[in-house]
Parts: sequence; C-alpha cells; structure tokens
Amino acid sequence: MDGHRPALSGERAWRAVSYGVPVLFLGVFFLYPLAAILERGLVGGSSTGSSGSVLDVLKDPLTREALWFTVWQATASTLLTVAVALPAAFVLGRYDFPGRNATRALVTVPFVLPTVVVALAFLAILPAGLDQGWAAILIAHTFFNVAVVVRVVGTFWASLDPRLSEAAATLGASPWRRAREVTLPLLAPALSAAAAIVFLFSFTSFGIVLILGGPRYSTLETSIYDQAVRIYDLRAAAVISLVQLACVALVVWVTTRLETRLAVRGQLRSERDVLRAPRTAREKAVVSASLGGLALFLGLPLAVLVERTFAVGGGHGLGAYRALGSPTSALLARPWEAVVNSLVYASVATAIALVVGGLASFAIAAPWEHARRSRVLDGFLMLPLGASAVMLGFGFVIAFARSPIDFRASPWIVPVVQALVAIPFVVRVVAPTLRSVDPRQREAAATLGASPGRVRREIDLPVAARALVVAAGFAFAISLGEFGATVFLARPDRPTLPVAIFRFLGRPGALNAAEAYALAVVLMAVTAVSVFLVERFRTRRAGWL
Amino acid sequence: MLRIEDVTVRFDGRAALDGVSLDVADHEVVTVLGPSGSGKSTLLRVVAGLQPVDSGHVLLGGVDLQPVPAHRRGIGLVFQDHALFQHRDVEGNVGFGLRMRGDSQARIRDRVGVLLELVGLAGYERRSVATLSGGEQQRVALARALAPEPRVLLLDEPLGSLDRRLRDRLLDDLGQLFEELAVTAVYVTHDLAEAFALGDRVAVVREGRIVQVGTPDELWAKPADEDLARFLGLGSLEAGSAVRPEAIAVRAVADGERGNGVVASSARLGPLVRVRVQLDDGAVLEAVAAGLDHPRPGERVVVDVDPAGIIDLR
Repeated sequence: MDGHRPALSGERAWRAVSYGVPVLFLGVFFLYPLAAILERGLVGGSSTGSSGSVLDVLKDPLTREALWFTVWQATASTLLTVAVALPAAFVLGRYDFPGRNATRALVTVPFVLPTVVVALAFLAILPAGLDQGWAAILIAHTFFNVAVVVRVVGTFWASLDPRLSEAAATLGASPWRRAREVTLPLLAPALSAAAAIVFLFSFTSFGIVLILGGPRYSTLETSIYDQAVRIYDLRAAAVISLVQLACVALVVWVTTRLETRLAVRGQLRSERDVLRAPRTAREKAVVSASLGGLALFLGLPLAVLVERTFAVGGGHGLGAYRALGSPTSALLARPWEAVVNSLVYASVATAIALVVGGLASFAIAAPWEHARRSRVLDGFLMLPLGASAVMLGFGFVIAFARSPIDFRASPWIVPVVQALVAIPFVVRVVAPTLRSVDPRQREAAATLGASPGRVRREIDLPVAARALVVAAGFAFAISLGEFGATVFLARPDRPTLPVAIFRFLGRPGALNAAEAYALAVVLMAVTAVSVFLVERFRTRRAGWL
Repeated sequence: MLRIEDVTVRFDGRAALDGVSLDVADHEVVTVLGPSGSGKSTLLRVVAGLQPVDSGHVLLGGVDLQPVPAHRRGIGLVFQDHALFQHRDVEGNVGFGLRMRGDSQARIRDRVGVLLELVGLAGYERRSVATLSGGEQQRVALARALAPEPRVLLLDEPLGSLDRRLRDRLLDDLGQLFEELAVTAVYVTHDLAEAFALGDRVAVVREGRIVQVGTPDELWAKPADEDLARFLGLGSLEAGSAVRPEAIAVRAVADGERGNGVVASSARLGPLVRVRVQLDDGAVLEAVAAGLDHPRPGERVVVDVDPAGIIDLR
C-alpha cells in the first residue's frame, strides 16, 4: 500500500547501494568460497581417502550422533545462558549504580576471549570428572555467551518505558503477572534476537567442544574439522558442512520470522529517563546478588587464567610477560607484535563490518521495503554465522589461492574474513533499532521538506548512531578474538593474538604454556580497554539521543 | 486554492476514502468532523503526499500534486500526538523545516524565536522536547509545521490528547493564530465544539464519504440527515425530522396543569442547563434552560415546540 510512488533517481541509487554492497560482499567472500568447498568435496575427484557417496556420509551413525548432540547442546546452552544472564540484564536495564559502565564492559570480556582459552580455563577449574563432557561444554558456552544476552537485552530494557509496568500494577497485575504480560512481550524482540545469537554460537562452537568434549562428544563443527584437517576427507567435510548450513538456515528462518512477529513499535525512551538508583534495601540486595553472582561465575575462571601466567617453573614471577619481547621458536615474529597486528586487523575489520552491515540494516529496515524481501536479505546476512569460522577460513584458502581471485597473500584477507564474521552481529543490533523508528517521525520530516535521503540522515541515523556504536564495539571485539578462520589465513610472520596463543599451546613446555596464558591476558586487557572506550563514547553521546 | 477531487483510497479492498471532493479557499479554515475510523486522517495524509491515492486528484493553486513527493509539496502537517523529534531540542524541531530549505543559521535562529513567541513559548529554544508538557509539545508541533511557511496547514486532531481546560485555551489561541496569519488550513477533529469554533466551514465525514459541507450555521439550520442531526445534538419528534434544542421551551406545570412530559435529567453546561424531557407520547427531547430556576428531574413539565425549529430532513 505504501511507498509505490515512483522513486527519485537519488533514491534508486541509494537502494542499489544499500542492497548491492552487502549482496556483492557476501557473494564474493561467502558464497564463492562456499562454492569452492562444495566443488572440491562433491564434484572434484581429487580428494584422498574419500568415503564414497554422499549418502554414506549421511547414513553414518557418527554423523547422526553429531547432529543430535549439536542440536541438544545448543538448545540447552541457550536456555542456561538466558537463565544466568537475565538477572544481570534486568539490573542493567533498570538501575543506575556506580560502576555500571564498567560492569557492562567487563561482562563482555569472556565473549571476546579465544574459545581455546575459555576451554582451558574451565579444564583447569572444573573438578575431575566434570572437566570433560556435556556439562563442561554447557557451562563454558554460558560463560562465553552471557554477554550477548546481558548487553542486547539489558540495553533494550533500559529503553523500555517503566510506566507501562506501573500502569499494569495500577490495573491490579502482580509483579509476576507484570513480568509475564507486560515486560516479557516488550522484551521479546531483544530476547529472541539474543537467544538466536547464543543458539547459533553454541551450534557452531568449535574450540570449546573440541577440548571440553573429549573423544566422546562431537558436534557437526568438530566433525568438519576432523574430516577436513585430520582425516583430509574433503567430501565428508563438505557433506557435513551442507547439513550444518541447512540446519542454520532453518534456525535463521524461524528466528527472523519470530522477530518480525514480535516486533513492538513503541516509544523508546532515553536511558536517562529510565534508569534510577536502587533505593530500598531489597533493591540493593537484588543488584548486589545479581552482579555478585555473575562476577563470581565470570571472574573465577579468569582469575585462574591470570594466576597461570605467573606460575612459571614451579614458583611465581613475571617471566612469561618478559618473554613476550623475545624471539620464540613458536612464532616467526616477536610475540608482542601480535598485539599490533590484532589491533590493526580488528580496526579495518570493524570499519568494513560497519559499512556493509550498516547499509544492509538500512536496506532491511527501509520503510519502502517489502516484508518478504527484507526477510530474505536478513536471513542471507545471517548465513556467515552458520557457516563455521573453520569452514570460512578453509573456504578462503582454497577459493582465493587461485585465479580468478588470487587474494591469498593480500594483507586484506584477514580483516575481510573477520568482518564477514562480525557483519551478522552488526545487522542484528542495528536493524531492529531502525525498525523501531516511529514511521510518523519520517513522515513529519518529509512534510517539513526533507527528501528521503535527508530523512535517513536526520531521523534514522541519529537513532541508529547508538546502535552503530554498540555494533562497532561488538565487531571490534569479535575481530580481536576471531580464531577459527584467522588461523587459516594469518601469515606466519604476522600472527594475531589468538593465533599466537594457539601456536604457543601447540608447543610443549611450561614457558610456552605460560606465554600463551600471558598473551591471553594481554588480549583480555586490550579488549577490555577498547570495549570500555566504546562504552564511554556511548554514554557521552547518550544525551544527544 | 486547495482542491480535493473525487479521491478514493482503499485498504485491503475496503474504501477508507470513497470519492471525496472538497475545496478549501485561500485563507479559509475548513474543519473535517467525523468519528474515528471515518477516514479523516487518511484525507490529510493524501493531501500531505504521505498516502498514495487509488484514484482522484489533489490540486493546489490549479497544479496537480500527484507527481510531487511529500517533501516538495510545501504542505505542513501537525500530527495527532505531535511526532516531535525526540533527539532534537525545541529549536531543532521548530527549525527543522527551515534547515531543509537551506536557510542560514542566523535566519533559522531568528525565525524560531519569532515562532516560539507566536505560540507562547519564547525562550524555550534549548529545552529538550521530552521535558515539555502536553500543551507545550502541541505548541512546538504547531510552530514546527508553521515555520517553513506552508501553503496549506493540515492539523490532525492536534488537541486530542490534552485536558479539557487546556484544550479550550489552545482552541482560542489557534483561532486567533489562524486569523492573524491568514492561513489556509484543514483541521481534522471528532469534537463538535472544536469543529464549530475553528471552521469557517465544516465538512462532515462518515465512512469515507463527505456527508455535508457548510458553515456551522448552515449545518445547524439544516443537517443533511438524521444521523448528523443526532450527532449535532438535535432532538427528534418523529422519524424524518429534527428539532433544535433552542426551539423547545420547557416550564414547570402550573397548579392544576397536567403538562405533557417529565424531566428525565438535567445538567448544567456553564450558563445554560441542558434538560432532557421524556414526553408522554414516548419521544425524548433535549431543551436548554437559562438561569437558576430550571425544572428538576422528576418534575412534570409543559413542553412547547416552536414550529420554526423543526427541520424536515426528507
């Protein structure tokens, strides 16, 4: 009904760019490597140790077992994560207290830790018997993903009008009814978006399952890795990749549908109007208990990790950190250079992800867009989440090592693959915010003489600015910690922090292990600082919104 | 002159506007009166260029607006609950349209000052719109729409969400403002008093059609049909006719007099008292009485109807 007016030529150009750039980017850097993998696995006969037909792979009970365990553990991990994160999300969404921004930043730290380090921390801290198996996997996934729920839901919660719940109270709703019938439906878009991210993350989790699953527990992701790298059966790896892609496409389809149905157009309020200091003793107790519990859960494994960096050769000391400046047999560079590499790569990756993901968000949430086409684009952009990082990295190696696109040696390859991993997060954060813009605000601007492009700059962009800054923080953190794909692509003389850590872990000896832990602590610190800076920027600009 | 010509808009097959035509002369204020869902807001969106039509035309100064997008029409719209830009302060809101047309900073500042003065908010430039009261927000919305000197001003129930006293005051202010600025305006409302107070002419809308257009006096003198007569508050003695309350005289029965009805209820409306009478023949009439000595509920009364006040609607 709306918007079938003939587009102005500037508008046409904008539509072409906002659709074309994301589609082109994903086409070249996602679909093409994917096609290369499939071609190698399904068509090309060059693979060694091939396991026969596609059906054989699908019929294999090991494949089925991996599929079942993947679905099961991802579901359980998501539920556990939401349960653990909700109290903290509530506190961050409703209360203002000293150290609020620091809390938000610190919660994010586990999320950006390399999965290998998270896995090792839990291996060290969990009691024997529990340290390997499904329970360890679920706990590690929760540790890792709690930030997603706390931040996405907490941020959204802080923009919900508390008067709605108060109105329900005056209508006789008990606190529980208010939570169920007012707050929960309003939170549903953010909650489902966060849960979708956690589910996909757990579904495609690699390092944690590989280390904490032990020999008994295998997911689709570790199966792909085993087949591709250890057994070198490209056909089996390709077939399992297909199964994984299909599952993820299904999940994405379901969640985007759910999100459109749940979207509530409401007046979002500024945090300043919503947040207040905890007043009663009970409120203070709730705040301290929620944050204290979370701090213990997140802090203890990290504390153990830090402790490990000082445990060198029986005693305690700074030897591991001092060693970071010296050449090592594990790397072709001095370890500290990995810090610089990581920062440069992650900055470039963030810029790419913001441009591509931001344009895509505008295309998805455009007022003139058909709901169906917008959903298709939305789902398409989520696909890199589903294709595992391992698959992406592997795909890049075989796709770009030959003509027509010989890109393998380019220094751009690492930030491009990191951006690819970050784009879905940018879209998931920015698009819902743009969708929540009251269309009458755009109409009001139009009647005051603002052209469609001007409306985007004057109305949508200021609203999206906050989301874009949050997205930038996410993208930067993700790029810093990205491991699965980068490990295939980083040149030996230019390792990133996670890759350097991995190389150290692969070497025997206490000093190598300690240097790995020391680099992990440096990565943690760098990430915490950058996320903290984003938080400060966000707060300063909050008055502007 | 604004000319709306045979405009039809359908939503999912149902006509929200069904062949609507309306002329608004320069410097004329036409109020569009109708219940919610009657299509009156859709009419404003069509004129503003926010709603494409299925058929029909909107002409301004003889030029068909069909190919002109909303932002080039020069038609201002005051939204129902203001739609103020929450991320801008008062000056940012009022000056928005001026910025869009490329006015200089200095000129914008001057004109925003003039407009804020005009709507009684002088000195509010730096205030955040979120901190304003409902009435203040309404005034900012009005100033914002007026700032770029629109050729036509459209107002969509601008006083809808305000309390009664504030409404009455703003109604007076609006009337003065319209006169002072000699604006051409279309003002949509469901409130009879607002429509009559502000409109040089009133267009009554029902179910997507215009039922009648006329000055308030013309409507009062001869409403187009029984529904409209009832909506205006006219009584009815028999099907097909209406009677104006001021033509009905009600007095208490004198000693020994039987009268022809009993007072069902009475309510004071400022200086006048509305008296509802149940006639012995079954009809119910509303009359107005003045002064403090008016018939009370339950009292038997004599009701006289001046034949000049009876309108034949057939």
